[in-house]
Amino acid sequence: MSSLPITPVSELQLKNHASLRQSVRNSFTMAYRGLLKIRRTPEQLFDVTFQPIIFTLMFTYIFGGAISGNVHSYLPLIIPGILVQTVITTSIVTGVQLREDMDKGVFDRFKSLPIARIAPLAGALLADTVRYTVATVLTFVMGYIMGYRPHGGFGDVVIAGVLVIACSWAVSWIFAFFGVIARTASSVQGIAMLILFPLTFVSNAYVPVKTMPDWLQWVAKFNPISHLISAVRDLTNAGTIGGDFGISLIGAAIIVAIFAPLTVRAYMRRT
Amino acid sequence: MNSVHTREPAAGGRDWAVEARGLVKTFGDNRAVDGVDLNVRAGTIYGVLGPNGAGKTTTIRMLATLLRPDAGSARIFGHDVVKESHIVRQLIGVTGQYASVDETLSAWENLIIFSRLLGLGRQEARRKASELLEEFGLAEAAKRPLKNFSGGMRRRLDLAASLIAQPPLIFLDEPTTGLDPRTRAQMWDTIRRLVQTGSTVLLTTQYLDEADQLADRIAVIDHGRVIAEGTVDELKASVGSSSLQLRIQNPGDIEVARQAVERVLKVQSIVSPEAGKITAPMANADLVADLLITLREAGIRLTEMSVQKPTLDEVFLTITGHGVEEDASDEAKQEEAM
Ligand SMILES: Nc1ncnc2c1ncn2[C@@H]1O[C@H](COP(=O)(O)OP(=O)(O)OP(=O)(O)O)[C@@H](O)[C@H]1O
Ligand SMILES: [Mg+2]
Repeated sequence: MSSLPITPVSELQLKNHASLRQSVRNSFTMAYRGLLKIRRTPEQLFDVTFQPIIFTLMFTYIFGGAISGNVHSYLPLIIPGILVQTVITTSIVTGVQLREDMDKGVFDRFKSLPIARIAPLAGALLADTVRYTVATVLTFVMGYIMGYRPHGGFGDVVIAGVLVIACSWAVSWIFAFFGVIARTASSVQGIAMLILFPLTFVSNAYVPVKTMPDWLQWVAKFNPISHLISAVRDLTNAGTIGGDFGISLIGAAIIVAIFAPLTVRAYMRRT
Repeated sequence: MNSVHTREPAAGGRDWAVEARGLVKTFGDNRAVDGVDLNVRAGTIYGVLGPNGAGKTTTIRMLATLLRPDAGSARIFGHDVVKESHIVRQLIGVTGQYASVDETLSAWENLIIFSRLLGLGRQEARRKASELLEEFGLAEAAKRPLKNFSGGMRRRLDLAASLIAQPPLIFLDEPTTGLDPRTRAQMWDTIRRLVQTGSTVLLTTQYLDEADQLADRIAVIDHGRVIAEGTVDELKASVGSSSLQLRIQNPGDIEVARQAVERVLKVQSIVSPEAGKITAPMANADLVADLLITLREAGIRLTEMSVQKPTLDEVFLTITGHGVEEDASDEAKQEEAM
């Protein structure tokens, strides 16, 4: 024990609210904690490491011949599809881990510290962008190894990657919301898969939409995931930014506008 | 938003670290805390004593802003735990019943993160972390993941984490449960030193002995209510004295032994014939030597002699008229034996 006497209560400067600066600082510290946890338990990155590798190999060789005649000409179609599916799916982990974290003893300490109450939530969302980045880079690298040469060039590939990361971050608010309100981590996983599985497959990710029945075509065309995939294809294969780029960003903004306040409210009530 | 409050002395907050009135918390139809009043004077150690499920943890969680009371109010140094929770959090350190540290990280990383969250700079945080690890004997294990920490190490780290900001009020929920005697004694020393630096400590315990060693005042709670409150001496006086237990080697001697006990100690005694045991209140410890000599002269051999201090059981028995629930069957057995 430092035998320094403590400061008397009457001499302390006490504030009843965390300032904006403190909130930002606290959020970054919590994000730093998230990164430390990834470093301590690198198996957390299993999914974002192996899903891009396995999915790219598997789907390319299964569908390549049937859809595009050969594997090589299927790559420009499938790599953006797998990229979006993998990274968006990764955002589920945000919700699952948030739930697990909130059930742990250490959360009691966070709640008893004079920090911005939003910091643990914001920090978790921030740290998870690292996971998205890993998945994004690995998918492109895998594609490159298999012979994919994007016409768009390096700069556009980077823009496409950032777009996917940004949209996944937006989607992670949805799962953060479920994470906050759910009772168990596995129920978050269950709900999320139920939503994402149809959403990512009923899209233009793996097959040309025009091969689907009419009603499914309508769903696939309306599906925001399809727009994001198209935006990525525009960028990587043609180096252009089209309408789908805008639609994707607007969609992401709408998700954040709805789910960020919902999540924050639910989170504040639970903690 | 950013108005700076300096506490006005009119609130009476200077003297009282904790003032709780009629705290209530219900879980479903279980009234876990059922109208608890507590007053803790600044600079003292206050013990909350009670059996499993009495509502100790729930009470602490309400005082530490972790749970919202269903009714009643509480002030920490004059600041309301609900309306001024952010201020209250600047005044308290909490060591919960179960370690509230990050299992996946090392002790060092835990302390760095908590320090940074508390607003220390990078350098300051490092200095604070190594200082605390040193003080709590964790320096060697600093970089190891907590998974391999013993219960005692975890508790010490948890306490260290609560002391980063040197809070004027520290809550300790069963700080020594599950610790070996040596570690427990160290924890007691630590708690005493905390108070010497000017902190106030509110601790819960299931052991009368611990409250006896540490606390200036004690509240005994059961079924969510304070059933007794006072200084250690006041409580002990209400329980009565220690008792002397003798085990007689030869069961045939037991009646003679009983007569000797009652004659020398001048008290009523209780005999459990099948156990060969005699129990008598020990009002005057001096007389025990006389008793032993008397027994030796009468040729009565003892297999065991012990002195039983008043236990939490007896506090409960005296105050509530019923024992600690878990031991109720034991109690009944003893009664039968009489
Ligand atoms: N989160 C909760 N949900 C439902 N019931 C609860 C909850 N927390 C505590 N309880 C109940 O409230 C009562 C008081 O519990 P509490 O943990 O405060 O007791 P305690 O005195 O700390 O006991 P122990 O010595 O075992 O730690 C118990 O009956 C317990 O089952
Ligand atoms: Mg408890």
